[in-house]
Amino acid sequence: MSNISLLEIDGVSKSYPGVIANENVKFTIKTGEIHALLGENGAGKSTLVKTIYGLVKPDKGLMKLNGNLYSPNEPRDARSCGVAMVFQHFSLFNALTVAENIALGMESPPSIDRLSSKIETISIEYGLPINPEKMVGSLSAGEQQRVEIIRCLLQNPKLLIMDEPTSVLTPNEIKTLFSTLKKLKREGTSILYISHKLEDIRSICDTATILRGGKNVGTCDPKKENVRNIAKMMIGETIKIPKKKSTISKLIALEVDCLNWVPRDSSQKQLKNISFKLLKGEILGIGGVAGNGQDELTDILSGEILSNKSTIRLFDNSIGDIGINKRRLLGLLTAPEERLGHAAIPDMDLIENTNLTAHTREKLVKKSGIIDWKKTQEFTKNIIKEFDVRTPNAKVAAGSLSGGNLQKFVIGREVLQKPLVFIVNQPTWGVDAAAASSIKQAILDLASTGSAVIIISQDLDELLELTDNFMAINSGEMSQKINTQGLTVDEIGLMIGGTGAYWKRHD
Amino acid sequence: MDFSALNPVALLASLMIAATPIMLAAIGELVVEKSGVLNLGVEGMMIVGAVCGFITAVETGSAWFGLLGAALGGILISSIFAFLTQVLLANQVASGLALTLFGLGVSAMIGNGYTGIKPPGFNTVNIPLLSDLPFIGPAILSHDPIVYIGILLVILVWYFLNKTKNGLVLRAVGENHDAAHALGYKVIWIRFSAILFGGMCAGLGGAYLSLVRVPQWTEGMTAGAGWIALAIVVFASWKPFRLILGAYLFGGVTIMQLNLQALGVDIGIAYLSMAPYLVTIIVLVMISSNHLRSSANAPGSLGRIFHASQ
Repeated sequence: MSNISLLEIDGVSKSYPGVIANENVKFTIKTGEIHALLGENGAGKSTLVKTIYGLVKPDKGLMKLNGNLYSPNEPRDARSCGVAMVFQHFSLFNALTVAENIALGMESPPSIDRLSSKIETISIEYGLPINPEKMVGSLSAGEQQRVEIIRCLLQNPKLLIMDEPTSVLTPNEIKTLFSTLKKLKREGTSILYISHKLEDIRSICDTATILRGGKNVGTCDPKKENVRNIAKMMIGETIKIPKKKSTISKLIALEVDCLNWVPRDSSQKQLKNISFKLLKGEILGIGGVAGNGQDELTDILSGEILSNKSTIRLFDNSIGDIGINKRRLLGLLTAPEERLGHAAIPDMDLIENTNLTAHTREKLVKKSGIIDWKKTQEFTKNIIKEFDVRTPNAKVAAGSLSGGNLQKFVIGREVLQKPLVFIVNQPTWGVDAAAASSIKQAILDLASTGSAVIIISQDLDELLELTDNFMAINSGEMSQKINTQGLTVDEIGLMIGGTGAYWKRHD
Repeated sequence: MDFSALNPVALLASLMIAATPIMLAAIGELVVEKSGVLNLGVEGMMIVGAVCGFITAVETGSAWFGLLGAALGGILISSIFAFLTQVLLANQVASGLALTLFGLGVSAMIGNGYTGIKPPGFNTVNIPLLSDLPFIGPAILSHDPIVYIGILLVILVWYFLNKTKNGLVLRAVGENHDAAHALGYKVIWIRFSAILFGGMCAGLGGAYLSLVRVPQWTEGMTAGAGWIALAIVVFASWKPFRLILGAYLFGGVTIMQLNLQALGVDIGIAYLSMAPYLVTIIVLVMISSNHLRSSANAPGSLGRIFHASQ
């Protein structure tokens, strides 16, 4: 790292009707440093980054690149000045090949054949193996990110912006990414690294600028600064660490017996010989890399996919062949992974969304078939109050809530129906720390009242923190159930990779 | 019944002529849909093209000027759709249906007084030696130039979409407009241009009906050709060369039913006239029943409204 400044941001402000996204933000990125931009969801990180990349024009303030005035009108200008960006929700085209995707990000791409060989050279040089002829839609999240990174590297950027790069990656993919970033740094490329994950930032960033409510609230060296202090700067208050109180009984709440399931199309994963017992009051964690059968398992347990009657038992009932609403009546509730479009309908308001999953158990529909809107509204208001869902009122569309608030609503809607068994897939994915901690506490509280909970997650720290027992899922098979206490992230990493002592393969 | 009365040379020749208007309209719609816009107004744009082409040709005395007039007419009416859906962000399905109804009405109005006139025609192409070949010559190689221009246009569209940077950008916009916008491509502008190109092609297809295929002007003369063109785009899975196949298949069915009617086959005329549309429905059902294959190539943002919000 040198002391020459590459990009100076001086007093940048941007406001939208009703919201101040950035207010007088000032900091400097030096040549060859990895600079973290840290903040909660809604702190103004995205707007600031879009300003640097030319997608947003600031209301006030200046930017200087290498000492020259820098005011990109569009991403093209930014790219020609050597600023490249890897997006959080990748800006990729699933139906196009890797090479075509990369060509789209270049000003004057060479022919596809020549580009393909260039891609191969760069991918070997930086340890990012990729096949340029493959369709992007068939790649894993980690591979798709490689495509984005290679697209940037082909432009020899001076500044590489990375927006939440590790949110979709497995621990191994994160290691690969970090070694690539370190190599780039040695070559003199500056990196602006946006994240809300403190651990990531402590392990590779040289400097951190912290945003809160659109303002710059501090700059520090993340390796030297105390984690709690940084978190405090980010959130403005100290985070409550969820408290766990285990009350497992001997009664079996849910039993899955020899579940075998063959998918109808190739986009789904086959499930093989899954058996486990879930006790009343137990929190069971199911961990695995995305796409190993978690979504299929969630759907089979929730009742979205039906199986044989005897494969799933809920207390005294065999429920394998009955649908979602009947399972809800019996006390099994589910919160699926995808907030928008699966757990909630984006264009419907919160009251309507409440009615959709709570109507049977909370009796929100009268015998005559007419919806009881008054009761639904009361229940919705209760969710908003109990779970601190930040929304102007209950009549706003679900899609207009921030990710964290919508997730609190989705979890609250099920938890307040007092499920006997609650299944939740990725409860805190993409949710800011404050919301995540309140969701975690709600799940723990639910279990302490005697409900059984299954948490399906890719976030290993979350599983270690919340669960009593752990099972790994890999290629549609599940490991033995083991006690979470005493497990380390490394051991879990081996288990979700499908190796280690806790696997008994049925071939 | 005497099938020997069917002359294969004449059949093949009339098949190519029957296929050309659908092919022209369909290749335009293919480009529009590849850019992510679903324009259901093909029928309306075709009939406006038919009447504009007819009037221009009659007034100037030149079929070529007729084509020019049809292209301009098609562009003009499609610009209404483009303005509604791209600038005012109106619903594409509703706007497209409205465009068809509007086109049918407005063409009847401006075409009033042009019924029963014979328009100027095109000279047929005469390629030395080749056009004199037995069978192939009269069946395939001695048509009017538009038949070949249509095929050439399909080849050009294929080349544009698959081999040029701009074609790649157009496909990218249709595939994922948010990502294309994030990369700095002008989604609205690209879609606007694609819609105008689609209008031009539909206009040309319509003019081919009124100037060559029929050739005269009557109200509602497109008789569903625009809907068949829309179906062929799906049939072809948005691939230009399969579109030629589709157009010839449907052209073939149309010609067969006309010939069977002429032969006095003992099937009700109503059933025979239904045949091309029935085949359209059957083919669409067969394709959509295998949803993985057909959806694999459908543009990802097809029919979705793009708004460059933050």
